[in-house]
Amino acid sequence: MDQNHMKKQINSARNSLFQQGYLDEQFIQLEDLQDDANPNFVEEIVTLFYSDSTRLIRNIETALDNYPLDFCKLDDYMHQFKGSSSSIGAKKVKDECSQFQECCKARNTEGCIGIFRQVKHEHATLKRKLETYFQVSPSNSLENRHTLQRNTQLCAAD
Amino acid sequence: MNLGGGQVVNKQSVMPSSSGASWKSTAAGGSGGGGGGDGGVPDQFPAGLRVLVVDDDPTCLMILEKMLRNCNYEVTKCNRAEVALSFLRENKNGFDVVISDVHMPDMDGFKLLEHIGIEMDLPTILLDCRVRKAYFLMIEFTVMSADDSKSVVMKGVTHGACDYLIKPVRIEALRNIWQHVVRKRKHEWKDFEPSASADEQKPPEEPDYSSSANEGHNWKNTKRRKDEDDEGEDRDDSSSLKKPRVVWSVELHQQFVAAVNQLGIDKAVPKKILELMNVPGLTRENVASHLQKYRLYLRRLSGSQHPGGMNASFMGGPDAGYGSISSLNGLDLQALAASGQLGQLPPQSLATLQAAALGRSTNSKSPISAPVIDQRNIFSFENPKSRYTEVQSQHLTNSSSSKQMNLLPGIPTNMEPKQFVSLQHQSGQHSFGSINNQVLIQMGGQSQSQSHSHSHSHSQGQSNTNPHHGLRPPVLSSEMLTRGGVVDMATTVYNPVVSQASSLVDFSMNHKNDSSGSSYPLGGSLGIPNLASATPTPLQGDGNLDTKVPRRGIVSSYDIFNDINPSGIREWGLQDVGMTFDSAQHTMQGGSGPVLLQHNRSSEREMGGQNRNSTSGKAIFSPGVETGSHRNVGQQRNSYVAENSLRVKAEDGSSHNNTLYPEQYGDDLLAAILKQ
Repeated sequence: MDQNHMKKQINSARNSLFQQGYLDEQFIQLEDLQDDANPNFVEEIVTLFYSDSTRLIRNIETALDNYPLDFCKLDDYMHQFKGSSSSIGAKKVKDECSQFQECCKARNTEGCIGIFRQVKHEHATLKRKLETYFQVSPSNSLENRHTLQRNTQLCAAD
Repeated sequence: MNLGGGQVVNKQSVMPSSSGASWKSTAAGGSGGGGGGDGGVPDQFPAGLRVLVVDDDPTCLMILEKMLRNCNYEVTKCNRAEVALSFLRENKNGFDVVISDVHMPDMDGFKLLEHIGIEMDLPTILLDCRVRKAYFLMIEFTVMSADDSKSVVMKGVTHGACDYLIKPVRIEALRNIWQHVVRKRKHEWKDFEPSASADEQKPPEEPDYSSSANEGHNWKNTKRRKDEDDEGEDRDDSSSLKKPRVVWSVELHQQFVAAVNQLGIDKAVPKKILELMNVPGLTRENVASHLQKYRLYLRRLSGSQHPGGMNASFMGGPDAGYGSISSLNGLDLQALAASGQLGQLPPQSLATLQAAALGRSTNSKSPISAPVIDQRNIFSFENPKSRYTEVQSQHLTNSSSSKQMNLLPGIPTNMEPKQFVSLQHQSGQHSFGSINNQVLIQMGGQSQSQSHSHSHSHSQGQSNTNPHHGLRPPVLSSEMLTRGGVVDMATTVYNPVVSQASSLVDFSMNHKNDSSGSSYPLGGSLGIPNLASATPTPLQGDGNLDTKVPRRGIVSSYDIFNDINPSGIREWGLQDVGMTFDSAQHTMQGGSGPVLLQHNRSSEREMGGQNRNSTSGKAIFSPGVETGSHRNVGQQRNSYVAENSLRVKAEDGSSHNNTLYPEQYGDDLLAAILKQ
């Protein structure tokens, strides 16, 4: 029961990430890549993303400190950051990035600064959530995931 | 070829499941190994496909690597373009396909693409994370109907990429990249055709080729090596009596055309041409026979309005592929046929665009009129296999008959007049011989909708044959090189995910303002606007052609690209302005992705410039293009409206005539064109 309960929780945690729009189906693609040879693939990728994105965020912050803003450069940086975020399925982050790019296009300084704060916020929030998720979820191999799903169904049937 | 094509198509569709067994078994030539005989990987297409991935983003890189590994491909990754190039250079036959991000700090993807195209001619797939910035390749062609009531102008530019994927990339998209390799190889195989002895050899080759994709694959290897060998042989044997068959590669042909133009078609004698070309190992006899063919070809272009045969070829399977236009210097005719797509659309919608540089043709007429392919057609990806086969056969037939470029064989051109808009490339200095028939298809309709991240509606572009053949300093200044007989277009088999339509069509725009050859500025994007607005509907070829292309016979592009994609052209979904070349057999499921054609090099520029010439209606493209002051075009990035609209990446080479590599992407140019 505990097992099931635990699994159920993990699963619902995972589901909520999707439902709340933090993650999109690209994340599922990553999960699908995970296999016995790479049982922690998703976690590895997310870790890699977060370490790399720190650098990108710093670039943007620096650029945002220089007035007048160089919107082209900002757009460029954001383009990279967005690409990265979208590749792990970070939906909210990606959406904020798009908004940021809109502001760049519109040459909206205030907008850029404001949106960027949101970008960072979403970025940090997702990180927390994923960290929690990885901590509780077992090595997310395919087998485990299937078990998870099966259990979810079972639990749902309860 | 038809059979072959069809077979290939079929095979391709089953290929993955056979896990390479069929490849192996059909390896007639027993090419040493898949991909160049490195011996490392037997012909186990697609498994074992050697992929080089280049992306500066480590997260993406790792994901791609894993995905490709899961597809059983052999992956090498690197995060810098320079490193990638050095890998490729060191190991010439070490890779089958390259996947590169567009946005990289040290060198952007397009440049890398060009380098690869020129140096190694490997199929290259580009990745980008936004459609907006994607450089779509647009293929523009004008179809002139009898009463000129409809004309669609599509502009296409090929840059050399054989596909364009939008990030985030899904594994399904990667599963089918092997098709690009096949396509490309098949296309290269076709390069044999224009050669002097090609005709004789063709028949025997065809059956082989047609027998299986693998054969094609082998052929490609063989052919490629042969190409290289031949050149070498020629050099060695120039003094001996024995003359190995000369393969008139795109590059060589461009040089030839340049020389002819320089001398003037009437005054071009083999001896002088030979001198001008200055190709070691080439004999006067080679040149003479090639000249003879070329003359026939020109005559055909100027003489016949629309040879029934041509039409037929275009009509090709429903999936008329999108033919790339190969522009011959001076008389380049390029026909782009949106084969696949066309098939779907009513006959008239198909338009084959031929860009022919008629500048110097004997008839001092204005540029060739190229058939304009109804945009709608282009984008409707349907890919009946028959189309593909037809295309193939057509292509072969055509090529054999004369130097006729097979305009998109698969493109059913209902246009009565079958006018082909020929892009005239006149550039004395540039000999564009071929257009890269690479149409980049944008995958993943990101443009379409974020949600459809996966429905990659790709238009199948054909993979390109290396458009950069013509990149020779004098010649290439951004011309579109079409591979002679680029078959890629036609053969692109796309898997639903991957849009193949990446046929890059390079229109080599001649700068020369040959009155006759008014180049068609890509401006005429009549269709484009339509496309842009349309949602995944194929380009509507409303006749917005601004320029009426005079009907000049049918311009057959020299070995056009075969972008015709008999097998199901991917639907482009409006956005695709691009031509769908060769839609893979698997039709795209999602909206069609835009076809990206990258126009590389200043061809766009020239195209724009060409507008000038297009006065007498020669210009194929609507003047809009020209405005693309290339520079401007390049600058505006988002001028393109429809996400899915195809953008032409115009290399901004305007100022440099001989710029080999475009300096900027001609988003704007494309946009401008589209606006037309």
